[in-house]
Amino acid sequence: MVNVNLTVNGKPVKAVVEGRTLLVQLLRETLGLTGTHVGCDTSQCGACTVHVNGKSVKSCTMLAAQADGATVLTIEGLAANGKLHPMQQAFHDHHGLQCGFCTPGMVMSALELAQHNASPSETEVREWLEGNLCRCTGYHNIVKSIRAGAAAMKAGA
Amino acid sequence: MYDFDYKRPTSVAEAAATLRKAGEDAVYLAGGQTLIPALKLRLRKPSVVVDLGAVKGLDSIAENNDGLLIGALCAHASVAGDKLVKNRIPALAALADGIGDPQVRNRGTLGGSIANADPAADYPAAVVALRADVVTDKRNISGDGFFSGLFETVLEPGEIVTAVKFRVPEKAAYVKFPNPASRFALVGVFVAKFKDEVRVAVTGAGASVFRVAEMEKALGKSFKAVALDGIAVPADDLNSDLHAAADYRAHLVGVLAKRAVAACG
Amino acid sequence: MNVQVNPTGIGASVKRSEDARFLTGKGRYTDDINLPRQTYAFILRSPHAHARIKNIDTAAAQQADGVVAVFTSADTAKLGGLPCGWLIHSKDGKPMNEPKHPVLAEGKVRHVGDPVAVIIAETLADARDAAELIDVDYEELPAVINMDAAQTGKTALHEVAPNNLCYDWELGDKAAVDAAFAKAAHVTKLELTNNRLVANPLEPRSAIGDFNAATGEHTLYTTSQNPHVIRLLMGAFVLALPEHKLRVVAPDVGGGFGSKIYHYAEEAIVTWASAQIGRPVKWTADRSESFVSDAQGRDHKTTVELALDKDGKFLALREHTLANMGAYLSTFSTAIPTWLHGTLLAGQYTTPAIYVNVKAIFTSTVAVDAYRGAGRPEATYLLERVIDKAAKETGRDPVELRRLNFIQPHQFPYQTPVALVYDTGNYQASMDQALKAADYAGFAKRRDEAKKRGRLRGIGVCAYIEACGIAPSNVAGALGARAGLYEAATIRVNPTGSVQVFTGSHSHGQGHETTFAQIVSDKLGIPIGNVDIVHGDTNKIPFGMGTYGSRSLAVGGSAIAKAMDKIIAKGKKIAAHMLEAAEGDMTFENGAFKVAGTDRQKTFGEIAFSAYVPHNYPLETVEPGLEETAFYDPKNFTFPAGTYVAEVEIDPDTGVLDIISFHASDDFGNIINPMIVEAQVHGGLAQGIGQALFEHCVYDEKSGQLVSGSFMDYCMPRADNLPSFSVAHTITPCTHNPLGVKGCGEAGAIGSPPAIINAIVNALSDYGVTHIEMPATPQRIWRAMQSVKAKKH
Repeated sequence: MVNVNLTVNGKPVKAVVEGRTLLVQLLRETLGLTGTHVGCDTSQCGACTVHVNGKSVKSCTMLAAQADGATVLTIEGLAANGKLHPMQQAFHDHHGLQCGFCTPGMVMSALELAQHNASPSETEVREWLEGNLCRCTGYHNIVKSIRAGAAAMKAGA
Repeated sequence: MYDFDYKRPTSVAEAAATLRKAGEDAVYLAGGQTLIPALKLRLRKPSVVVDLGAVKGLDSIAENNDGLLIGALCAHASVAGDKLVKNRIPALAALADGIGDPQVRNRGTLGGSIANADPAADYPAAVVALRADVVTDKRNISGDGFFSGLFETVLEPGEIVTAVKFRVPEKAAYVKFPNPASRFALVGVFVAKFKDEVRVAVTGAGASVFRVAEMEKALGKSFKAVALDGIAVPADDLNSDLHAAADYRAHLVGVLAKRAVAACG
Repeated sequence: MNVQVNPTGIGASVKRSEDARFLTGKGRYTDDINLPRQTYAFILRSPHAHARIKNIDTAAAQQADGVVAVFTSADTAKLGGLPCGWLIHSKDGKPMNEPKHPVLAEGKVRHVGDPVAVIIAETLADARDAAELIDVDYEELPAVINMDAAQTGKTALHEVAPNNLCYDWELGDKAAVDAAFAKAAHVTKLELTNNRLVANPLEPRSAIGDFNAATGEHTLYTTSQNPHVIRLLMGAFVLALPEHKLRVVAPDVGGGFGSKIYHYAEEAIVTWASAQIGRPVKWTADRSESFVSDAQGRDHKTTVELALDKDGKFLALREHTLANMGAYLSTFSTAIPTWLHGTLLAGQYTTPAIYVNVKAIFTSTVAVDAYRGAGRPEATYLLERVIDKAAKETGRDPVELRRLNFIQPHQFPYQTPVALVYDTGNYQASMDQALKAADYAGFAKRRDEAKKRGRLRGIGVCAYIEACGIAPSNVAGALGARAGLYEAATIRVNPTGSVQVFTGSHSHGQGHETTFAQIVSDKLGIPIGNVDIVHGDTNKIPFGMGTYGSRSLAVGGSAIAKAMDKIIAKGKKIAAHMLEAAEGDMTFENGAFKVAGTDRQKTFGEIAFSAYVPHNYPLETVEPGLEETAFYDPKNFTFPAGTYVAEVEIDPDTGVLDIISFHASDDFGNIINPMIVEAQVHGGLAQGIGQALFEHCVYDEKSGQLVSGSFMDYCMPRADNLPSFSVAHTITPCTHNPLGVKGCGEAGAIGSPPAIINAIVNALSDYGVTHIEMPATPQRIWRAMQSVKAKKH
């Protein structure tokens, strides 16, 4: 067993995990943060995307033990004081989600793009989403949402 | 995933000692973007996993004589975004920027990629085309002889890649034709022009990265795409799978090589 | 179309109320649920495509760490098989061959992934570890993959199905068709494959069984599009549990696309096993498991012929198809290549004679059933491809050939030669709208400009129709359905005027919580925030046939409309009493009950309150309370139709294709929420384009192994594969349901594959290419160009 200490959504977390425990299992099963989803087992769908030390990663392809000492941000940590994060708000405003399953990963992935690139073009957004699959939206409204979300983040910064 | 003991050494020496002590079926874990999926599918069953993530000093990028020395634990995103790499070998930065997807690039590492020697990985093409040396905790290995087959390298058990030294070419470009599903290289061609030679390295098409001597010779005489006219790569030893038969791969090698030369400007 | 009175009513793009929980990680999908004392099930599956099970030794697994129980068919053989919901008769009148579909393999395994044993343990890892200790002694048998070879009688998967034939079905007047072909000026023939697909909703299937020994109640949480159907099938046929002791909950569901309609073995296993061990049992598929256990889609091998007269009028259509059923009959599987396929072969055209013959074949592959569109994409694909080929062969413009044969607006209601009566439509209007948006007239210029850049540009058109709003129960019953296909709704008006709607439809991405609330807000004149849509729980909803076949709004929404009519009627009664007026004088508009011709009125809220505080009611004529239930059975199918135009460019050196533009013009009848409707089209288009260009479920013909068994090999469309879409509408309201709606969920997946393939063939026409199979990958395009390389190049 491995002791891990990390910060999740601003709160310190201590846990004892097996070597094989994945970060996503720690989040979902131990911490009850079920907003992070698992949609595949080959690291492609991106539904499990969270931020580790400010960068988007697939939490199904990282051991919980590897996150020792890290700062983790999940979809549950985005809205503040009951107000949606601008990227979440943009997904709502532009109907960027249907079944909602890929959504947390999409939002977390989009956030990192917006942090690098405040005004991404449609092509840049589409290329950035290589690591996130959606089966409902055809991506059309996700792309719109992310561009609007990035613009809103820029305006609010 | 089968259970295993997890170790997290903080130095190269400690990591090597930990693995040695753990025995034959222990493995190193770098970024884990290949190893962890393999573990999840129960394709591998190590008793001990030695995580290199806390090892210090393997994630720097520096100019070194006629090349760039890139630490083995540099994530693909770090290489892709590094000013020095973008300035000195933009083709290498672009290659790193095309590996996997953004999340994979934030975790996957140069050392992990080349040690794994996936036949469809991108970095092997750069290692061979850019006349790289692979630096380990024990020795320097010429990039030309580093990859020895399908998922095989000349690394000895327990040997740790610490850095890769890429030579800076006059011109270079990497053009990749991604597998539509996995986005690994169905075929990737790295063309590098040095003062004294041209290298054409192909990944994805065969069991391991290979060079195309005839193309190199033709480009040595005239570094133009048209110089490659009529040069065909034999399909005999190339991969055939659901996504591309060997003859299509052979055809793509020719097309991509020309495009890479053209992209060199 | 609608004058906007109510900003949250019918016709308004109301933002979705369900978003709040999904955007903040507060959705509650099945795998998010954890129950006290929960155990975990792992299902050991067959590694072979076809094998006899000689022995299963579970002794070591039983003793392994954390293991609670191990079950095999020795334990479950007494349970019923998973039922098939639709009986098809062969053309000789015999009922289809219907082998048992056991929950755990009995004696034989028939596809890779066939469940063999279930291991229940304290953790999933324990269960998985223990599964490796189970020793199954298999005697391998030949795989049956190729549908032609399957009919030779060498290897039968099921004793009850000689030559692996499920049925040999026909529809249409064969003699009339043959006669028409005999006198045709031109016959176009095309052989094509409709490629096998995997639905792949992003949420893998999951199920939790929870038995309460004290009450005798079984609860199943499951990723289902229709919890009542699961309760009915599992309760009545598999586990023999009465409905009042079986509750099925389908909470938030992460997409379905058909694959979550069916009753699956895992649902029965966890429900049954929970009662055996007295603890909750949870099973969740990982994606690799989904690939070998979720019902797959399409997989037709077809020969189609179109007969034309000298003027280009269609005389007759003839189709012969082999339809892959997989190893077992899934819930709706048998209806898909028959009644959901053959009946659509008239398309938008006046073809007077049509004959179709479908042989359904068992193979050692995962069961095949409805996937978005279900039968209708297959019909549309072959029809719209053969028409394009006929246009080319006879030197006609493909658009003009279609227009020449369109059913005209004055011809509705239109009886087709394949059983359906189209109620309404305007096909020229969709065609006009789509062509204008796509600047069809300017294509030649764009093609020439592309040629200068060394690129091959093509344009493709598809005019589709579908039958939705499934289904009139009397029609369905006559065609072999073993259930009715109505829908139910209850509307509960609470004392303070808030409204709960209990619907048998299920939302797994469609946004019912918003659109259904819009209908109620609009009709009852109350704020949308006062309306809650409740779905997905058999203990809350009176009944439901669920969500598939683009039926939720047309059938489920109509049930809600019908229940609202009853609420208003009751409200009038109460208002008449309160206002001391005659019931016949009462009107209801803008949320108020009025005495006609006066200013005397009671608001909806006042009536609701009064209904629950009936101090002075004439109890012999007015009951207290305000709650009504309605069952709505559609009178006919609905017939959404439209035209899609795709424009593509091909890199001739590599075969790589770019979609330059995609224009959709759909007629869905009236539209409740344009934002949601457009997004449904986007999603359908992505799946149809996925079929046309990327997706292919492939089995090795020899070993029967699934070659495309993960996202590493099964190519899902990604954002950078697709363009932004242009989506527009024309409207002819449905004539027979109260909302005038037709359904929009499947259109995109139905109409887009032929548009794309027609565009590719058009781009390659200089190369002499007349057809290309789906998915048209770069390799296939390149190869097509090599095989007939360029007389002209």
